Amino acid sequence: MRHTLAVLVENKYGVLSRVSGMFSRRGYNIDSLTVGVTDDPTISRMTIVVMGDDEVLEQVTKQLNKLIDVIRVTDLKSEESVERELALIKVNSDVTNRSEIMQIADIFRARIIDVASKSMIIEVTGDDGKITAIEQLLKPFGIKEMVRTGKVALRRGQKSS
Amino acid sequence: MTESTEKMTGARALIECLYREGVDTIFGYPGGVLLPIYDELYDADIRHILVRHEQAAAHAAEGYARATGKTGVCIATSGPGATNLVTGIANAYMDSIPMVVFTGQVPSSLLGNDAFQEANITGITMPITKHNYLVQDANELPKVIKEAFHIASTGRQGPVLIDLPKDITVQEIDFYYPDKVDLRGYKPTYQGNLQQVKRAASAIKESKNPVIYAGGGVISSNASKELLDLAEKIKAPVTTTLTGMGGFPVEHELFLGMPGMHGAKYANYAIQESDLLIAVGARFDDRVTGKLKAFASNAKIIHIDIDPAEISKNVKVDIPIVGDAKWILQKLLKYTESAQSEKWLDRIAHWKKVHPLHYVEPATGDGIKPQYIIEQITEACKDAIIVTEVGQHQMWAAQYFRFSEPRTFITSGGLGTMGYGFPASIGAKIARPDKVVFDIAGDGSFQMNSQELATAVQENVPVIVAVFNNGYLGMVRQWQELFHNRRYSATCIQNSVDFVKLAEAYGALGLRATKRSEVRPVIEEAIASGRPTVIDFVVEEEENVSPMVPAGAAINEILDLERKE
Ligand SMILES: Cc1ncc(C[n+]2csc(CCOP(=O)(O)OP(=O)(O)O)c2C)c(N)n1
Ligand SMILES: [Mg+2]
Repeated sequence: MRHTLAVLVENKYGVLSRVSGMFSRRGYNIDSLTVGVTDDPTISRMTIVVMGDDEVLEQVTKQLNKLIDVIRVTDLKSEESVERELALIKVNSDVTNRSEIMQIADIFRARIIDVASKSMIIEVTGDDGKITAIEQLLKPFGIKEMVRTGKVALRRGQKSS
Repeated sequence: MTESTEKMTGARALIECLYREGVDTIFGYPGGVLLPIYDELYDADIRHILVRHEQAAAHAAEGYARATGKTGVCIATSGPGATNLVTGIANAYMDSIPMVVFTGQVPSSLLGNDAFQEANITGITMPITKHNYLVQDANELPKVIKEAFHIASTGRQGPVLIDLPKDITVQEIDFYYPDKVDLRGYKPTYQGNLQQVKRAASAIKESKNPVIYAGGGVISSNASKELLDLAEKIKAPVTTTLTGMGGFPVEHELFLGMPGMHGAKYANYAIQESDLLIAVGARFDDRVTGKLKAFASNAKIIHIDIDPAEISKNVKVDIPIVGDAKWILQKLLKYTESAQSEKWLDRIAHWKKVHPLHYVEPATGDGIKPQYIIEQITEACKDAIIVTEVGQHQMWAAQYFRFSEPRTFITSGGLGTMGYGFPASIGAKIARPDKVVFDIAGDGSFQMNSQELATAVQENVPVIVAVFNNGYLGMVRQWQELFHNRRYSATCIQNSVDFVKLAEAYGALGLRATKRSEVRPVIEEAIASGRPTVIDFVVEEEENVSPMVPAGAAINEILDLERKE
């Protein structure tokens, strides 16, 4: 099972290595980890996607809470939250297939952000399924390079407690 | 209350903070980047104990902490000084002992440059400290120190490290010591959930065969009185782990001895047959549980612990209660009813009679059995503080000493650090000069930190090192005997050194016993001498620790190993 955790931490030197060190020391696998500052500049928010059953999730949560610099850990259940990831995909293209690729981008509400003579870069935002789907469709043209940000997520409705 | 501020250097501020934390003793070793701090220590009202290896400073600080419950403090220089502390920090972390560790660091401007004697000690100790700090501005130093002592001594206790770049120690600041800490990410739970306490009380009421399994948490939360009261009220037998030893009086009829690999058979049998296991400040370590699937498999489990992450980490718990053991036991006492479990206690009495802890005296001659020495030390000085090294002698100390109070057994439990005992005993004796302090040592372990004889003599710390000289790294030899066909690969250390002369070379008292009849007299002589003493007890070479649960077996599959003479 994949779980998405929102982890509020002190925005301080060394916090990222405390968190990632805890994961590796205890043998938990991080699928993705993103971090950025919040509306309060003293607090950063990490979104961590971790694989494991409920017992693993419970231990991960408790071990995170044990870190002094961790302020709060929230399990973002997918039905109660919105999740997004951004990907940049550089795909082979020339005059013969450019419009075909643009059509695909259109369907996914992706944007073309760079066009060169032999390639173009597409920016797409969505959940995991959407990004995987466009990736599959672009593969036949030849993907030269691709980067994904990792997932970020927010709980729907009021400020997550 | 905010005090009026005063201008001073970081080094001076450090001393002021230590005063405010009530620190009277620190253990350490100087070096270049620590010069400003040592200059302040020169006329500070704090006793500085100069060890001969930084590892000993950490262990001594831990011994001090365990003997008193106060936070131990040690200090070492950057680079090698700091890395020499690592074993001691890991040891304190594994046994949850409150400690604040200061390390010198190269000046901030050189950080990350591979400067002379630079080591990234905050990185190195991240997984073995409860928290650590690299101080980046001297103005933060008082706040950092305040937080460090708070974190080390509250919740599940543990070591906290503060790394001090040299420029921080000479920087001038307006000193002000905060009287509160406010850490939004750290709010340990002390008061347990009352609903859970009531559930536990009714489980106790329903239980016919309860067992209390108490660990080091009982010692750290000073809960041994409550433990005794509860056990007597509900008539439950009590087993204490290696680090919980002293938490329950050994001579009490409800005492079951130690559980697990080298525990008492009757403790293991009782756990396996129990219908309710009440774990208090214990963490279901593999040395206790043996084969996890078969551990207490018929029992409901109540787990009282201050660390939520320990709940259901190893064993699925039915009734968790997170909080301070003392507080929770007090409440539990209130909600439980007195009980009689005569049938159960009769069964336990039967096991105790049929399967006592025992050893075989040598049939001929006047050889010394190691267990006999422990018995004689108990008789000579029942309220001594017993510190140990790691190995067979450690297990014999836990099995045969008749502890009657908490904080009288100091041993390296979680990490199993050879070389721990002697420096820890120095720390304990400094903390409790009124107590006789023994380091129960192996000939191998003692040689890992025997240089501290210089410290004990220079600082006049009269601890007694009882070397159980069996000529072997005995515990490893025992496993080789049992599981590797007696192929004693790299475990024979016979004739390493003349321990009597070694003691004398440092100006300590050296004594030796080679016969059973000499055991008691040398113990008495050592106690009477009032000097740092090493006793070389020449013991039976191939005695085994018995009983024993083989690795991977269930704890009731426990075997007798004693050598028949
Ligand atoms: C620092 C360290 N190194 C190695 C070990 C592994 N070890 C555990 S017990 C032991 C032998 C201890 O020998 P000794 O101190 O003579 O005690 P004995 O078992 O003979 O009583 C060893 C090598 C350890 N626990 N600690
Ligand atoms: Mg030995």
